[in-house]
Amino acid sequence: MAIIEVEDVARTFTVRRKVGRLKRERSEVRAVDGLSFEVAAGEMVGYIGPNGAGKSTTIKMLTGILVPSEGRLRVAGADPSRERVRLARRIGVVFGQRTTLWWDLPLRDSYELARRIYRIEDARYRRNLDRCIDLLELGPLLDVPVRQLSLGQRMRGDIAAALLHDPEVLYLDEPTIGLDVVSKNRVREFLAEINAESGTTVLLTTHDLTDIERLCSRVMVIDHGRVVYDGGLEGLHNVGGSERTLVVDLAAPEPDPISIPGARVVRMEGPRQWLAFPATDSAAPLVAAIAARYPLVDLSVKEPAIEDVIARMYGGGTTEGERSLEGSVAGA
Amino acid sequence: MAESLSVPPPWYGRTREALRAYRLVAGMWLRASLAYRTSFWITTVGNAVTSLLDFVVIAVMFQHTTTLGGWTLPQVAFLYGTSGLTLGLADLLVGSLDQLGQRVRDGSVDTVLVRPAAALAQLSADRFALRRAGRVVQNLLVLGWSLWELQLDWTGPKLLVMAVLVVCGTVIFGSAFVAGAAFQFFATDAAEVQNSVTYGGATMLQYPPSVFARDLVRGAVYGIPLAFVNWLPALYLLGLPDPIGVPGWFRFASPLAALLCAAAAGLAWRAGIRSYRSTGS
Ligand SMILES: Nc1ncnc2c1ncn2[C@@H]1O[C@H](COP(=O)(O)OP(=O)(O)O)[C@@H](O)[C@H]1O
Ligand SMILES: [Mg+2]
Repeated sequence: MAIIEVEDVARTFTVRRKVGRLKRERSEVRAVDGLSFEVAAGEMVGYIGPNGAGKSTTIKMLTGILVPSEGRLRVAGADPSRERVRLARRIGVVFGQRTTLWWDLPLRDSYELARRIYRIEDARYRRNLDRCIDLLELGPLLDVPVRQLSLGQRMRGDIAAALLHDPEVLYLDEPTIGLDVVSKNRVREFLAEINAESGTTVLLTTHDLTDIERLCSRVMVIDHGRVVYDGGLEGLHNVGGSERTLVVDLAAPEPDPISIPGARVVRMEGPRQWLAFPATDSAAPLVAAIAARYPLVDLSVKEPAIEDVIARMYGGGTTEGERSLEGSVAGA
Repeated sequence: MAESLSVPPPWYGRTREALRAYRLVAGMWLRASLAYRTSFWITTVGNAVTSLLDFVVIAVMFQHTTTLGGWTLPQVAFLYGTSGLTLGLADLLVGSLDQLGQRVRDGSVDTVLVRPAAALAQLSADRFALRRAGRVVQNLLVLGWSLWELQLDWTGPKLLVMAVLVVCGTVIFGSAFVAGAAFQFFATDAAEVQNSVTYGGATMLQYPPSVFARDLVRGAVYGIPLAFVNWLPALYLLGLPDPIGVPGWFRFASPLAALLCAAAAGLAWRAGIRSYRSTGS
């Protein structure tokens, strides 16, 4: 059953720009333009696309912060902007660029406020807070004023704040932006656990495609405010014609590259060889063919980096200067 | 239906929830401001002294004359005290709204809108500061002195009109703050207009209506109905003839004016919040 429904949604912004000394020019930006998709309850969906594609605008409409210009949105059966307060009890939101925590107060105080504003029962509050403290390692931070926390600590604090009331849907807008590797991993593990344990539906926006690789079985790519790809990771590889890598550890170093049809060796190092093969092919026949001819010690399959996949998908055309980070994704 | 008799109307529940959210958010700001205790006292006393200076100006005027527009010093002090008291209460409760433009510009209204509570309640409690009570206390003192000097004959109806004056005056000024804030969603520098209605209006209401041009006074009755804050009820309470030339029942019509102001402000607020556009990121 779909918990998020988006139907032909558009959102325009009127922007006024100064032209010359006094004249002002009005123009319309269509941040989201004919967007449609559904997310089933319990799904964990990666929502990616270049800068300015309309990802944050979508999340703000799904939260009720922004009113859509056209189209229809439903989240847990509610119209987000018209039933914002009622819906807010059932969703959690984390904006990587903006904190909902109280700057001058200890972290604990923000959680206390959440407990009272969301009317979370004591037992449940204890349980959820303990789980967050445990998994996100917040224990030593609870009595520290938020302004003294590092970015990674603050982000962990924000994620916990969004989950204390057991939301059915969790939106994360770039939750790993600016975090170090350790914090990133901690956040990913936590999200995976929340999704698996509580069945929380998660919509995740990110610039770090490893997040998606680790967490999401479904990816939506949006560009210019529309969905340009929706499906599994494998499908994305399919479209992009990308390659997976089979890492083979042989019993003894081979002087020559392994030679089998359907794969080519891209790197050799002692007894270890790297074989590239189309990401859409199954690894099993390759493994069988290699095992029949060479003594094997170990095998592993590596997924391609999604950056490359998307880059291939779009043929690498940057259209605007600002599309820096994932510029090659633009221009579908 | 029998059921509908026992179930409170939906606005009752919503109002109670909003007040609860207000209290919670205001409490957070109070806690945050405890860190700066000394500056609290300095600004509180500072505010009280500054607004007392206004009254000194009026008192000095009476050194040269016994009446101002036909009103004696204690009568003018009554206007001064009621005007300042109601503005002070509105300012204490919802005055933070005049900084809303800043939050609209930087997009931090977002964080308010993800919480399950009325945005107006949360934003009114934003940066809640008890030091604003300084104005309330100082005006209460002036009002107390005025009532002492006037020796009014406090009948039941007069007590009621006095209480209604304080509540409705606060609502009218509060509505001006809310409406002003609503416009900040469209033009983030709209606070100036709102300030001229609230602070400018309150200064006007410190003086008898008879000292102002007729058109200005009519504007305060039929336009932005500030006259209903204290001028009109004061005519009844102090037993003065009407210098404005309006129907006699207007003296008791403050609740109606307050209701209209609150409704208009509420509509403006709804329109404002629905046009909120956050910021690109
Ligand atoms: N409040 C706003 N005012 C004007 N333009 C905006 C606003 N919010 C977003 N935009 C524009 O809409 C487009 C999509 O923005 P956004 O949803 O933030 O993109 P993303 O999150 O995918 O990077 C961008 O061109 C951005 O400049
Ligand atoms: Mg964004």
